[in-house]
Amino acid sequence: MTLLTVNNLSTSFYTRNGLTKAVEDVSFSLDAGETLAIVGESGSGKSVSCYSIMGLIPCPPGKIESGSAVFDGVDLLNCSDDEIRAVRGNKIAMIFQDPMTCLNPYLTVGEQLIEPLIYHHKVSRSEAKKKAIELMTEVGIRSPETNFNAWPHEFSGGMRQRVMIAMALIAEPKLLIADEPTTALDVTIQKQILDLVAEIQKKRDLGIIFISHDLGVVKNLADKVLVMKTGHIVEQGNAQDVLENPQHEYTQKLLAAIPKGAKENPKAEENPEPLIQVKNLVTEFNVNGNRFRAVDNVNFDILPKEILGLVGESGSGKSTIGRSILRLVDAQGSVNYRGDELLSKNPQQMKPLRRKMQMIFQDPYASLNPRMTIYETLAEPMKLHGIAKGSELNQAVLKLMDDVGLARAFVKKYPHEFSGGQRQRIAIGRAIATKPEFIVADEPVSALDVTIQKQILELIQYLVDKHELSMLFISHDLAVVRKLCDRVIVLKHGELVESGNVEALWQQPSHVYTQSLLAAAMH
Amino acid sequence: MTASNSTLNQTSTMNDIEQFESGNSLWHDAWVRLRKNKLALVSLFVLIFIGVICLLTPWIAPYGYEQQDLALGASAPSAAHWFGTDTLGRDLLTRVMYGGRVSLAVGLIATAVALTIGVTWGAIAGYTGGRVDAIMMRLVDIIYALPFMIFIVLLMVVFGRSLLLLFLAIGAVEWLTMARIVRGQVQTIRQLEFVEAAISIGLSKAAIIRRHIIPNALGPVIVYTTLTIPNVMLLEAFLSFLGLGIQPPESSWGVLIANGVESMEEYPWLLIFPGLALSIVLFSLNFLGDGLRDALDVRASKD
Repeated sequence: MTLLTVNNLSTSFYTRNGLTKAVEDVSFSLDAGETLAIVGESGSGKSVSCYSIMGLIPCPPGKIESGSAVFDGVDLLNCSDDEIRAVRGNKIAMIFQDPMTCLNPYLTVGEQLIEPLIYHHKVSRSEAKKKAIELMTEVGIRSPETNFNAWPHEFSGGMRQRVMIAMALIAEPKLLIADEPTTALDVTIQKQILDLVAEIQKKRDLGIIFISHDLGVVKNLADKVLVMKTGHIVEQGNAQDVLENPQHEYTQKLLAAIPKGAKENPKAEENPEPLIQVKNLVTEFNVNGNRFRAVDNVNFDILPKEILGLVGESGSGKSTIGRSILRLVDAQGSVNYRGDELLSKNPQQMKPLRRKMQMIFQDPYASLNPRMTIYETLAEPMKLHGIAKGSELNQAVLKLMDDVGLARAFVKKYPHEFSGGQRQRIAIGRAIATKPEFIVADEPVSALDVTIQKQILELIQYLVDKHELSMLFISHDLAVVRKLCDRVIVLKHGELVESGNVEALWQQPSHVYTQSLLAAAMH
Repeated sequence: MTASNSTLNQTSTMNDIEQFESGNSLWHDAWVRLRKNKLALVSLFVLIFIGVICLLTPWIAPYGYEQQDLALGASAPSAAHWFGTDTLGRDLLTRVMYGGRVSLAVGLIATAVALTIGVTWGAIAGYTGGRVDAIMMRLVDIIYALPFMIFIVLLMVVFGRSLLLLFLAIGAVEWLTMARIVRGQVQTIRQLEFVEAAISIGLSKAAIIRRHIIPNALGPVIVYTTLTIPNVMLLEAFLSFLGLGIQPPESSWGVLIANGVESMEEYPWLLIFPGLALSIVLFSLNFLGDGLRDALDVRASKD
């Protein structure tokens, strides 16, 4: 039975900078109990198509130019506000990417759950509560009676996403639109959530539209796949056909960009002298008056010219380790860098050492000062450490831009004029500006699209080889780590649980936690 | 793959290198953008024009500011007295020009004091955080809690009445709000990763605050500054009214307006002309402030 038929949908945005055709001539259909995955990079129009159907496009600046979306006999694009409101949240429900921001922090979880029920179905409070508790059990929230009165901030990301799913399901929708529902979650949680969605779909005969940039997730989930690029459908069809035998060049490119397999020639020197020795590293924070131990007695070495992967889930303390080594947070223990004890240095003594150690951050939108041009951003560290002056400095900046693959013409532009990938190139340029020996890269590709991710990973590998860098590569993405790193250490709740050569650890993980991480990483 | 597209445009930018070498791009680019904003530019010229006239007043004023013509009394605008005369027969144009000197000076100096102290104080407190922040902000709270009038009266009693002291006293009160605004901004900005990046480069605290924090907090600061200037001018009028500010026969726009209100029905020009002068300046300041804020926001425009 066909649940939703979308024909020739076109949506545009009229902004100060002119007309943007976000979605053009998109058509697809979905049956009950079927999963359609819409795949594409950011800006491809995959979210806009679904938001158009839901009537969630702000108009103006947006405008639905043409098309129809027939759901249950109603054309959602050409009906009154009242009609669409009766469908939205009731027969069609949505789950969003970021469970942290999609729950109202000032309402209890239970209150938010029963809201659509009371609003759409006019059931009594006690009945609604009974149903909410049933659903909370169904989506796997422990002790639902107690948690009914819990506040969103008391839940972890995975738990909140379960609440979001329960909220979406409570009015018994026929169609569920999931907009990157697991992107913000850890791999193990991601697997649980996807399993949960699949189970509920089977039980309720739900139609699901699954918006994602992650082809690995899509592979295990979708019946049909629709690939979008710059507002157009480039390919659609049966999931297996599209993913295993892609016809369009772009789909092939997307699939090729997924990190696969192991690093080609991992470094394996015999007993080299470590560049950095971390011993008994402990980092504690004050959280509401309590001491919270983020990093607990961690020991490891970083060897010269190697990329050491640091793997763990969010909250495991992996970023804190990187920041502790660079003295961006206070830590106890010992970090020995070529005979210098970093943790006992004062800021003056640290300054010459900072030149040797740099950091690349996760979010290229936050890690660049929006009011500094690329020139200023790149020149600042070189000026500070007296690496280049005057006209030499200009040459050095331009050379740096060549190095990270940025056109020289961009030198006077500001960060907001760049895409995420280009911004990350700038941030990488800043990190290598002082010709460091060691770089901490904190999830440098996790905010990027998969094709861009591939380019940045290649850039990192190129620079590591060219400048003979050592790198601590922090990531939650095991496929990326496997492709890039020579060795890997695994962190859980601030403790080191396993370390070793990447491939050895992949083939035979000895710790239970590593095994579960690997099992959850589906590609 | 890395250097593949970088030779592109190489030759064209080589000539431009000299340009980005000099000065601070933020302010340079802001000026370029401001020049495109007609309203802001006109406002700037109006302000400069009025400023120059006030500066040159002692030499170009048609009469003396205390020169009375009691026989004339309050006369309507005429060829001899463009703005008319007040009840003592003093030329209003001259008095508006002299009054502008006081009003603009108090507006600029007191606001500059407020801006300097407020931004520095707020930025340091917000960036350092912890105990330093607590102490600095409690101090702000304490000064806030002091009754403003008593504070000024005390200052006047201790140091004697002087115009400069008046400016400083007003500035010393106005910076409190500025400090709070800046502190709030800075607390948000210092958590952004580019600040951490600046630390890991090895920049000193002062350099981070100056180069990375303050430029990103400028938007609200500019808006609040344009609100402070009229505030300060009116405060001066109020203090003068209480006998704590400037004394007759000297005047300021605030004083002239206050006097004009008293005789609004018989001699409306006594209110209209000083009021007009103040309004034009305030309008210009607001347009300029808006323009400046947009110009400093590098994200606002595409070029």
